[in-house]
Amino acid sequence: MSSNGSIGPSQLSIKDLPWQIVWDKEKCALCGKCTAVCPVRALELGVFQKRAITPVIDIRQASASSFSVYYGIRQKTAPENACIGCGMCSLVCPNDAILPVRGDEADKLVFHINQGGAPRRRGGRRNAPGGILDRIKFIRISMLTDPALDAGRHEFEFRTLLGRVLTPEENLRHLKENGWIPPVREIYPLIIGGMSFGALSPPMWEGLQMGVAYLNEEMHMPVRMCTGEGGCPPRLLRSRFLQYVILQIASGYFGWDEIIHAIPEMKVDPCAVEIKYGQGAKPGDGGLLMWNKVNKLIAAIRGVPEGVNLPSPPTHQTKYSIEEAVAKMIQSMYMAWGFRVPVYPKISATSTTLAVLNNLTRNTYAAGLAIDGEDGGTGAAYNVSLNTMGHPIASNIRDCYQNLVRLGMQNELPLFAGGGVGKSGNLAANAAALIMLGASGVQTGKYIMQAAAGCLGSESDRCNICNVGLCPKGITSQDPRLYRRLDAEQVAQRVVDVFVSFDTEFKKIIAPLGRSTSLPIGMSDALGIDDQAAAERLQIKYVV
Amino acid sequence: MCRLFAITSETPLSPIVALEALDVMREGHDGSGVGLFLRDLGGPFEKIKNSPVLSGIFTADGLRRLDHFMMDIGFLTKHKISIKIPKAQPQGIPRRDVYLIRAYEYPDEWDKLTWEETQNRLTRIRLQLVEMGSEKEDMVVFSFWPDVIMIKEIGDPLTVARYLDLDREELHARVIMAQGRQNTNYAINLYACHPFFLHGYATMTNGENTAFVPIKEYLMSRGFDGYSGFYSDSEVFTHILHYTMERLGLGIDAYKHIITPLQDEDIARHPSAALLKQLKQTCRRLIIDGPNCTIGCLPDHSLFMAQDRKKLRPGVVGGYPGRYAFSSEICGLDAVLPYRDKSRDIQPMHLDTALVGPDRKEIQLCRQTEALDLPN
Repeated sequence: MSSNGSIGPSQLSIKDLPWQIVWDKEKCALCGKCTAVCPVRALELGVFQKRAITPVIDIRQASASSFSVYYGIRQKTAPENACIGCGMCSLVCPNDAILPVRGDEADKLVFHINQGGAPRRRGGRRNAPGGILDRIKFIRISMLTDPALDAGRHEFEFRTLLGRVLTPEENLRHLKENGWIPPVREIYPLIIGGMSFGALSPPMWEGLQMGVAYLNEEMHMPVRMCTGEGGCPPRLLRSRFLQYVILQIASGYFGWDEIIHAIPEMKVDPCAVEIKYGQGAKPGDGGLLMWNKVNKLIAAIRGVPEGVNLPSPPTHQTKYSIEEAVAKMIQSMYMAWGFRVPVYPKISATSTTLAVLNNLTRNTYAAGLAIDGEDGGTGAAYNVSLNTMGHPIASNIRDCYQNLVRLGMQNELPLFAGGGVGKSGNLAANAAALIMLGASGVQTGKYIMQAAAGCLGSESDRCNICNVGLCPKGITSQDPRLYRRLDAEQVAQRVVDVFVSFDTEFKKIIAPLGRSTSLPIGMSDALGIDDQAAAERLQIKYVV
Repeated sequence: MCRLFAITSETPLSPIVALEALDVMREGHDGSGVGLFLRDLGGPFEKIKNSPVLSGIFTADGLRRLDHFMMDIGFLTKHKISIKIPKAQPQGIPRRDVYLIRAYEYPDEWDKLTWEETQNRLTRIRLQLVEMGSEKEDMVVFSFWPDVIMIKEIGDPLTVARYLDLDREELHARVIMAQGRQNTNYAINLYACHPFFLHGYATMTNGENTAFVPIKEYLMSRGFDGYSGFYSDSEVFTHILHYTMERLGLGIDAYKHIITPLQDEDIARHPSAALLKQLKQTCRRLIIDGPNCTIGCLPDHSLFMAQDRKKLRPGVVGGYPGRYAFSSEICGLDAVLPYRDKSRDIQPMHLDTALVGPDRKEIQLCRQTEALDLPN
């Protein structure tokens, strides 16, 4: 920089960035792969000048210095090009010459990325490692009169119910009098949570669907996947695979024209309809599909122009409240499929969840309640929403379950918990803990992206650019140049791997508790935690 | 592991028969307690079959409180058995003041009541007494029901029997259920000792029910007074039986469908598939996970045995017309009915419920895969 140049407030140095790129000149082959692969163009060709002084022993001659030029990698510091730490550069480097390294202090980028008055929006996760779910232990091991089961050899029946279950007395009466019995699906307790066709790339979505179909038809695991908002490809709507799909309708109603039009041609009913009122990662924000991802296909399915931002309002604008929605929307969705498809709302975990639940218990049409905790992932949300809004899922689900127990309805309105399930990699343990706290099943999305497609995000603000369609792995991009990196077949295979291994781990937890014929929903006597306050709050055992 | 023995006989038998069978089966550290259920009584109770019999253990103060209480609500003593406690106390048996077995006369105003209402009131009185007892720890009430006597005590079964002189004609009964060994999963408590009794239904179980907490929470939320107690994880077997038959109006053949439903593919092939699918879904909370062998008695004096789905505990039924016994081990059966045709013994498997009806003529075996006998 020249001596009279100015240094503005937003002029950042490499040190100010969250990630610094360490590059080794000696190893670099100058192949250019790292610069080509970098999704945010954080790297550019650098031309460096090196001065070398050559001392001369002969005092009669003056020492000389020589200048040489060499080429290498330069890290850009503009906020929009700041390295996101995804590590794709090291993934493609043939010589291991490059590596992003996390800065050793709070980065300054956070103050400067919100240029133009728009605060930072990012995709991904809350970036808060750890959580209460990971600290729960399963302490009731059958060792006395009930020997622990052999997880590898016993028959297990891991099915949960999605749908309103009548009381046994009422059910028998309806059966006898030919009355209406609400539809109930028996499904696998781990559901792939709502990630829309707009948010995910075509190979990712296709891979998930293929994986789910394989799990159902070949592995006989009734796994279900929620579409998220944004509709469903027309061919899927008219195929028999629709029965493995939970259609989501959210406040933007994106894609619902397509779905409604397809109803007469549907060969099978969808598994269920989920009405999204809120999501845990950004409660009160609604959904947002940024313009970068609205390409021709997505625009066509959603019935919108290409290249425009698609924010869903935070609430269903045609509805006054969830109470009203229960009366209207749930019922109209039931009517659309002749009262054969369960319909349930999904809300963000909040201190008002109990009120929502109580309203639902009074309506026989409500097929369940999905609750999404603060650790949920998202395709796009404001930084501040992701980091500071929301309610932890563990205590929320526990409160709801205990409320149902008080009402005597714990078998009747299934609760589905989501938000950070498996965020530290402990998918089966987290799911089992939530089920024993009272959930009938769990929803997971982030973990699936990570395990089935190699999502690079982590709980330390790594990558997190799902919103702008630059996903380095092509998972959340609608740009063919990026999503060609992902192979749908491989995703499908990984999805199957994930579920089958989940099943094994789940058995390893459930079998020692002596359970096999029914899910241990509400089996809170098996749980312990090394935190007195948490134990009291969750009403589980305190163990140290 | 608990030892179970039940016998049903045309002629009244001494309870010592069942306790001797328990003794034959005894192994290891067994015998930390005994529970006896006597029904279809002989002896002096034969003639007063309709009068409710209160059985329990009382302190002297507790007995006074009981007398006041019963008199206040209009119950008069009709007959009582006095169990004189010997001075020498065997090791392991706690010292008690009074073992009470007392038949009452119903208050006059109860004459107009329906049987259903009478049942509810009897249950409420029993629960009230249990509550009074837990306040001052001066009374333990096991049952308050016509034609039913229950005795429970801590200690080796046979020693308890000799100590209390249970081999007396006054206690002869046609249906006897006995369980040896105290509940070991939760705190030692007399109420935790099997058999359990509710509204004419009694069951005893060996093994462990790991689904206890969710089942307990479910039953407690059913809004029925009798679903209380839960001192043992096995107590829910009685409540589920009552729930199946009284609240759902199903038969004993449906009991196993509630506690251990068939797998989906078997249900699909079942003649009562539609009903079973709904039952499995709505009664999912009541599914138990074994290992369990449950022996129970129905209000009509039938005895039955059912097993869990796969971690089966042993159980055998055998005998001859007029006398059949249910035992958790064959040696128990051999000790009591040595001359039966052993080739006709039945060891119920994971789909079976073995039943000996009130006529005591034969062992019926209902398989879960067979059509349900549904009431119209």
